[in-house]
Amino acid sequence: MTGKMFGAPIPRTEDERLVAGRGRYLDDLGAGAYAAAFVRSPHAHARILDIDVGDALDVDGLVAVYTHDDLRGPMAEPLPLLIPHPAIRDGRTPHALAAEYVHHVGEPVAMVVARDRYVAEDIVERVRVDYEVLPAVVGVAAARRADHVVHPGMSDNVAARLLQEVGDAPAAIAAAPHTLELDLEIERSASTPMEGRGVYARWDAADAMLRMYSSTQTASGVRAAVAAKLELQLGQVEVVVPDVGGGFGVKIVHPWPEEVMVPWAARLLGHDVKWTEDRREHFVAAAHEREQLQRVRVGFDDEGRLLGLDVRIWHDNGAYLPYGVIVPLVTSTQLLGPYRPGAYRVEFDSLYTTTVIVTPYRGAGRPQGVFAMERTMDAIAARLGLDRARVRSVNLIQPDEMPYDQGLVFQDGRPLIYDSGDYPAALAALLDLVGWDDFPAQRERARAEGRRIGIGLACYVEGTGPGPYEGGHVQVETSGRVRVATGLTSQGQGHQTILAQIVADELGVPISDISVTTGDTRRMPYSVGTYASRGAVMSGSAVALAARRLRDKALRIAGDALEADPDDLEIVGGRVRVKGSPASGMDLGTVAVLANPLRYAFDEASRAATQFGGPADFDRPPVAPDDAPGLEGTDFYSPLRCTFASGMHAAIVETDPETAEIRILRYCVVHDCGRLVNPLIVEGQIHGGVAQGVAGALYERMAYDSDGQLLNASFMDFLMPYASEVPAVEIDHLETPSPLNPLGIKGAGEAGVIPGAAVLAAAVEDAEGFPITRMPISPSELFHLRRRFASGEIPPLRARRPAAPAPRPSGQES
Amino acid sequence: MKPPAFRYHAPASLAETLATLAEVGARGKVLAGGQSLVPLMNMRLAAPEHIVDINGVAGLDDVTVDAGGVRIGALVRHARLEADAEAAAAVPLLRQGLRLVAHPVIRNRGTTVGSIAHADPSAEMPAALALLGGSVEAAGAAGRRTVPAAEFFTGPMESCLRPDELAVSAHFPRPEPGTGSAFTEVARRHGDYALCGVAALVTLDADLRITAARAGYLSVSPTPAVLDLTDAVAGRTPDTADLAAAGRLAVGRLEPEDDIHATAEYRAHLAGVLTVRALRAAAEDALARATRDPRPAGSGSGR
Ligand SMILES: Cc1cc2nc3c(=O)[nH]c(=O)nc-3n(C[C@H](O)[C@H](O)[C@H](O)COP(=O)(O)OP(=O)(O)OC[C@H]3O[C@@H](n4cnc5c(N)ncnc54)[C@H](O)[C@@H]3O)c2cc1C
Repeated sequence: MTGKMFGAPIPRTEDERLVAGRGRYLDDLGAGAYAAAFVRSPHAHARILDIDVGDALDVDGLVAVYTHDDLRGPMAEPLPLLIPHPAIRDGRTPHALAAEYVHHVGEPVAMVVARDRYVAEDIVERVRVDYEVLPAVVGVAAARRADHVVHPGMSDNVAARLLQEVGDAPAAIAAAPHTLELDLEIERSASTPMEGRGVYARWDAADAMLRMYSSTQTASGVRAAVAAKLELQLGQVEVVVPDVGGGFGVKIVHPWPEEVMVPWAARLLGHDVKWTEDRREHFVAAAHEREQLQRVRVGFDDEGRLLGLDVRIWHDNGAYLPYGVIVPLVTSTQLLGPYRPGAYRVEFDSLYTTTVIVTPYRGAGRPQGVFAMERTMDAIAARLGLDRARVRSVNLIQPDEMPYDQGLVFQDGRPLIYDSGDYPAALAALLDLVGWDDFPAQRERARAEGRRIGIGLACYVEGTGPGPYEGGHVQVETSGRVRVATGLTSQGQGHQTILAQIVADELGVPISDISVTTGDTRRMPYSVGTYASRGAVMSGSAVALAARRLRDKALRIAGDALEADPDDLEIVGGRVRVKGSPASGMDLGTVAVLANPLRYAFDEASRAATQFGGPADFDRPPVAPDDAPGLEGTDFYSPLRCTFASGMHAAIVETDPETAEIRILRYCVVHDCGRLVNPLIVEGQIHGGVAQGVAGALYERMAYDSDGQLLNASFMDFLMPYASEVPAVEIDHLETPSPLNPLGIKGAGEAGVIPGAAVLAAAVEDAEGFPITRMPISPSELFHLRRRFASGEIPPLRARRPAAPAPRPSGQES
Repeated sequence: MKPPAFRYHAPASLAETLATLAEVGARGKVLAGGQSLVPLMNMRLAAPEHIVDINGVAGLDDVTVDAGGVRIGALVRHARLEADAEAAAAVPLLRQGLRLVAHPVIRNRGTTVGSIAHADPSAEMPAALALLGGSVEAAGAAGRRTVPAAEFFTGPMESCLRPDELAVSAHFPRPEPGTGSAFTEVARRHGDYALCGVAALVTLDADLRITAARAGYLSVSPTPAVLDLTDAVAGRTPDTADLAAAGRLAVGRLEPEDDIHATAEYRAHLAGVLTVRALRAAAEDALARATRDPRPAGSGSGR
């Protein structure tokens, strides 16, 4: 019997294979391939004067060294600007190999192909590049000052500027009884998946076919981009995505320079070529995210109700803009969270700097937006002396206001309309879960023990599952096994499990009979990719629709064979049968045999489908005009617009009065991603997201010096937290179905990370009694903030509350 | 992140090791646990032409505990020493410090003598050796010598070992009777090199008054710093001693530097806070030992 799979917390079907070491990642493939390595710029900004490969030529094992001079046609042109937007003033993208200028440390300048990676790296060291070093532009302030411009031909560093307005925010603020202004800052972190990028290409000269494997978040995107660069027909390129050890956004960027160079070289050399990124390369040559400066002006009434909100954002997009303005666009729209802002004005500048490119990393601009809004909520509460939860609750959009139109254009180019959600219920659940009302007593007890603790909360709304579309293909083999394919890729999320759960219910087959393929253009060429928490919404809906088509067909064919009305049939445990009479039916595999009329029998079972195999209706052709052979179904899901998931986090932290160390005592999450396909997987996604939220708030930062050198390009100094730093996460789910898709689901992939910086800033601020406006925060920084607070340089958080105890002088006993 | 080519030597005896080291000289490097050397090679920050792997050399993996203290051979792994009850009883600071060295998997492979030879001023074992006044036994073509810790560490990642020398063992002397010890540090993540760490030894007399207080520091000086803080606390019992004064004394004598994780000022502050914490914990340890194992007033050394 098939139990109900949708909603069941079943363990992930992919895990046995992966934890037993049977996963196949990019570097597990292509054992005989040549290895590629790249000569990368050691300077943040320079002009290439000369490249001398003379010293490299006598190294045993050298196959080829390429520079930009070797490239022709589209390969010599800049890489595509993937998401054009009218706000982009001057969209610069890198070349596959630097043409004349380099704009960040790590930019590829030459490609080395060699017998193996060891030799390739030896050769890289021998390629001499002469640079004229140009001034680096590091950080938002330097980019705005524009003493130096990053790109020749530009008069400043503004890549894009976008203003969106609803109502007249400046006027609303001017008329408001209270106003506040905040300057906020968030620094850079990065996706840093366990597996870096990687590409392996095989050119079959006889067939004139390219097979490419890439550790990417989009097979179809890489296929189209590589075909265009290599001037191949789409039909000549197959892209297969093997197991991928994490993406978190960085692998949606495509084509990477390395991603076009490797297949280009494979074709030229007539030999397989592989490039597996190492960790140092990933730090300096992939992508980062988060860095923004924000200025918030807000007007509000006595209860803390927003009347007008005016936000200015300066976003550091790094050296190039291949992914357009998605990150600041998401920040400026998703900043609104579950609130009605009153009048709203938001304007961002997206700025070039001579640093690694900035493209979406899990959360994709939302953590910054939530930081701005939630810091504002806390500042309002502090100004008015009101409870922070209370201020939020007066601003929440109510369930009966759904769907709620925020009046802006979202990142999918469509209106920002929240489809469903129950924010007051979520807030109530969170306050309950964390024990918000009991916290003051808890604080007093801690204080009596000489301990300092604080609590904070933060709310977000996340537009998930943007279009344009994804497809599903479901096929029943004559063996009865069910093969499911969708085009988007998997980086460890558990798609194979949840897609099988969905198909199992739709089709009435046991989950063990279902296998799922993702990210293989041979199986599903039409696809977009895995980003923006869209896997379950898009591909889940698509495979459900495809399975429904297949089911209709199976019932029709079985109805003919069983001489029954399809409406009287059901599929249970992989068998079609007359409802209520289990003995009567036939296996889906048999239906699959009948679905494909044959001339030639190839085994016992297939005889039934041949021309003399059984009764036939001579008034119909073997395959009806509107039908197709085979028991399969294909369908596509294309949503009207995003569906909006939401959630609220609360954290309790303890700050050491002496050492300024910050410890998270509790971390609570209330989460609403619509109907849960698999609660176990959703909780795993939340855990991982919270870990990255904590990382971005308390540990990770890209430490660039003023010359544009990344000082911490290794896990020794880039402090990705260990399990020992990540708190236990307490989770409560709400399920507000989405009306927009057939399953009522919303995305869950990014959510956990979004409010991390905001909620931890709030909790640290609450513990310390002075405002926190910049994240991440380290113990060293907290120590200095305390000094500045003690000297009166930083004002207390709220005048009316008794001040928190001053930091103890060094060395005093507690 | 692949090392340049090197020649690999796997000597089976000490004599062969020393002969090989003499032959390859400054172009060679000893490979012990590889936990520091291999990453440096993979990042091409070190490019030795010869690797002399001592893992197959017999007789280098002994832990010997005697009245004088604990002697450990060059191949004794951090984890093995940490688990050695006799060594922990003789010199408790060893286990107290080893728990703070990296993570268990790294301790399974990394050697304590290798850590000392590597001379990282942020490492625990060099600081422990310096604080205890231990020594390193070095063997080379020219023979053997015993180098006191105070002379061994010459700079960040620099020791007085010559290229042809192998550190065959390190000796950690037993602290004076009546001594308690503690190791405390602040690290950004569990198992990371510390932003600042302090090891302390506090000695009490039979009346439970402090006769000596010394502290060893990591991450605040180019080589492990050892400060004698006795003056600030001598003659007082642990609960009446002005530990804060000792902390201030320490801060005044250290000159830490900035890095991306902490400012010099914050490090100095931590040194003060951790000095107090380490002294307090060491004094408590001394008191606990005194209660467990009382000595008659005025009795001599227990060696
Ligand atoms: C992630 C990580 C975190 C770490 N965190 C810490 C930490 O918090 N605290 C800490 O103290 N250490 C830490 N370490 C380092 C670890 O303790 C190393 O094991 C130790 O520093 C070196 O020991 P090894 O046996 O691995 O030496 P190797 O890496 O083999 O050698 C290190 C250097 O010492 C030389 N050498 C080694 N043995 C001898 C010898 N007998 N004679 C002469 N020269 C010799 C080598 O030639 C080389 O130059 C960490 C390491 C890693 C990878």
